[in-house]
Amino acid sequence: MFGVLVMGHQDVMRNPFNDDKDFAGCSIFGMMNLEGKRFSSKDPVRAIANMHERGNGLGGGFAVYGIYPDFKDYYAFHVMYLSKDAKERTDRTLASGFNIIYDEEMQTKPANVRDPPLVWRYFVQPKTRLFEGNSEEDYVIQKLMRINTETGKAFVFSSGKNMGVFKGVGFPEDIADFFCLEDYEGYIWTCHGRFPTNTPGWWGGAHPFNILDWTVVHNGELSSYGINRRYLEMYGYKCTMQTDTEVLAYAFDLLMRRQRLPIELVSKILAPPLWSEIERLEQGQIEVFKALRQTYGSLLMNGPFSIVVAHEGEMIGLNDRIKLRPLSAGLRDDFLYLSSEESSIRLVSPQLDKYWNPRGGEPVIGRVGCRSVATPSLASEAEQ
Amino acid sequence: MKSYMPSEYFVDRDEEKCIRCKVCVNQCTYETHSYDEEEDVIRSKDENCVNCQRCVTFCPTKAISIIKNDSPYRYNVNWTPEAIKDIKKQAETGGILLTGMGCDKPFLSYWERLLLNASQVTNPSIDPLREPMEIRTYLGSKPDKLEIELDNGDFVLKTKLSPQLTLETPIMFSAISYGAISLNVHESLARAATEYGTYFNSGEGGLDPRLYKYGNHAIVQVASGRFGVHSRYLQSGAAIEIKIGQGAKPGIGGHLPGEKVTENIARTRMIPVGTDALSPAPQHDIYSIEDLRQLIYALKEATDYTKPVSVKIAAVHNSAAIASGIVRAGADIVAIDGVRGSTGAAPKVIRDNVGIPIELAIASVDQRLREEGIRNKASIVAAGGIRSSGDVIKAIALGADAVYIATAALVAIGCTVCQKCYTGKCPWGIASTDPWVAKRINPDIASQRLTNLLRGWSLEIKDMMGGMGINAIESLRGNRLSLRGVGLTDTELRILGLKMAGD
Repeated sequence: MFGVLVMGHQDVMRNPFNDDKDFAGCSIFGMMNLEGKRFSSKDPVRAIANMHERGNGLGGGFAVYGIYPDFKDYYAFHVMYLSKDAKERTDRTLASGFNIIYDEEMQTKPANVRDPPLVWRYFVQPKTRLFEGNSEEDYVIQKLMRINTETGKAFVFSSGKNMGVFKGVGFPEDIADFFCLEDYEGYIWTCHGRFPTNTPGWWGGAHPFNILDWTVVHNGELSSYGINRRYLEMYGYKCTMQTDTEVLAYAFDLLMRRQRLPIELVSKILAPPLWSEIERLEQGQIEVFKALRQTYGSLLMNGPFSIVVAHEGEMIGLNDRIKLRPLSAGLRDDFLYLSSEESSIRLVSPQLDKYWNPRGGEPVIGRVGCRSVATPSLASEAEQ
Repeated sequence: MKSYMPSEYFVDRDEEKCIRCKVCVNQCTYETHSYDEEEDVIRSKDENCVNCQRCVTFCPTKAISIIKNDSPYRYNVNWTPEAIKDIKKQAETGGILLTGMGCDKPFLSYWERLLLNASQVTNPSIDPLREPMEIRTYLGSKPDKLEIELDNGDFVLKTKLSPQLTLETPIMFSAISYGAISLNVHESLARAATEYGTYFNSGEGGLDPRLYKYGNHAIVQVASGRFGVHSRYLQSGAAIEIKIGQGAKPGIGGHLPGEKVTENIARTRMIPVGTDALSPAPQHDIYSIEDLRQLIYALKEATDYTKPVSVKIAAVHNSAAIASGIVRAGADIVAIDGVRGSTGAAPKVIRDNVGIPIELAIASVDQRLREEGIRNKASIVAAGGIRSSGDVIKAIALGADAVYIATAALVAIGCTVCQKCYTGKCPWGIASTDPWVAKRINPDIASQRLTNLLRGWSLEIKDMMGGMGINAIESLRGNRLSLRGVGLTDTELRILGLKMAGD
């Protein structure tokens, strides 16, 4: 099947106690230039570092969009290796399925991080004659799945075009240091600091989670994980990471990439309005939102979460339907900020044109070229 | 022939309390009590007593206790009193032993060995007294995906959904046929289902036209006898259920004795007054899955595709494969009735020995339909031995969309599970069509008791959901991480798809 990032033998490292799921608290931060202008790591790193107390040093990471303009037509793979053998094997697999345009060891420098793996960067182009009727994206995902399972010691943690994920075990500011993020510029930065309660933290288990150019940073624990996972399994996703962030990433992949639903509706699947709210809508809209809950009820993400999701040209913030995790938003000039805490937004932009706390289930959608940030809402529209 | 059967119960009457009011004499339909005018004393024939508790409940001075005859025979692990009595009974009658209600053996229940989760620290529990807690459930086929277009800022639904049943609580009243029970009981179930926003099932004896006004909350059944099946009947219900099997008696048909077939029942069932109503073991137009498909679509055609069609089977060894076939045959709902499912009359040997527990059937059917990628094509309704809201919520966590209850509903209106429904003499007026006892059920009171039961269970379900940090029932459905097993083998845990408690 497709749409799957599977990892085999790393199970033991990522979830040594075989818990139902990852139990973690976290800080999240997202910053986007709505004109698509690139900016440095300075503000995002300061902002996430400001929420140091929300993490415990067992995971930090960043997703940066627009960082590889010279290679923007090629998939940029960031790969962690736990052994030289795994790299040799993976290089062969990559070479058989892709034209490798350029590859190099990721620039890193000594930093306050624990046991860093070897990290390699590849710019690749799929060999088109090998698609066999699949879409190019599904082909790429199949290959990623193979790499991630065949050795158990190689893990592709970033796989989109003109974007990159940098993550590992450490506080986010230390991860930024380690990966020399001061050398990069992007128009979206999403950031994560992690507080896992049950995993010792391994480099692949840090956020953001990624498929193609989709990334998710997540704070929360899904009480509905058991059924979210079983529903996605029906569509070929293998949830082997045992983290609830993984099901969020797959849900976005299924609903937005494969089923082509807009984020305005996807947010109402993940965090739907109450039946009583649906009944107050106009007749035609009642049908739509009722059908969404009837059809996709198993993808309702129940329990606390706040997430920042990004893909090319778009950054989205979303809370669970009764807002059990913090998420605040701010706008200043061309910049959209999303954060677990207002303090981090005020740190990097003391003056804001607009500051608000999005309601549960109401997405904040930033799009490149679109100065008005969309905050589609059902109930509040009438009230406002 | 002199009967060797011992009395099962003794009637203990406190003569000082007894005021000779003769309530017990009038209430008992088994003629256990009689009044001796000469000596001004009430006497009892202990051998007639079935321990239904009717006289105990209605005795105004609480003078009566029923005492179990605990030691009619010498203690023996193998030759239990039940085994010995069954043999004596058959030696005296030469027939099949009949019984009523569900299997009463202790080894077939898994509910007690399943435990629910609750939130602590890493995610918050939700207080259902202060926050919304949604248990509305829709039954019917769901599409793989929705096509929705944006038109002038409004979303327009392009995918047409199949017809759905709307349940305000995931509990429905299971099939109990008119004839097995009286009109008053049917009416009570219909009114409670209507008031609470759920459904009652007509059972296989048709629906008295006086109840058509509750049709929006009726599931009308089509069984092997086709009693009372006609176009107005099909049109009257919100959904149609094809009954293939029943948990209490998988593989066999039914027999309503002619004595119970009164005039109204005869008219509703479309048979002569006083004749036995025999339901054949199979549906004689369904000898295979392709025949089932034809009946499903015949019923859909007959109702213009406006009503979901359910197929009810008894939980048996190959339920998962059978359910898969039923879904592929076009059913919108699969109802599964477990080995502890109830009946008005069934051969005892079948009730106690045929079928599988509903817990295992839910787990294997839900899992199979997921593996085949068709779980969304039909809803699963679980039945058979559900006694509490705890059982309901566990059934849903295992993978059911909703449950059917029948015994619990009858208990709510008086039944004490004495297991003598097949005699047609129910002193509580439930499993009887004799007008003299049937009027003991007052639909005003009985429907209130049923509504109270639905309300109480629904509140408890919300409480348990809140404790788990879940505020919509769809997040619990099939969410097996919310359950753990205790005292189960690895194989049982594997089939249930659960981890052991503590793991």
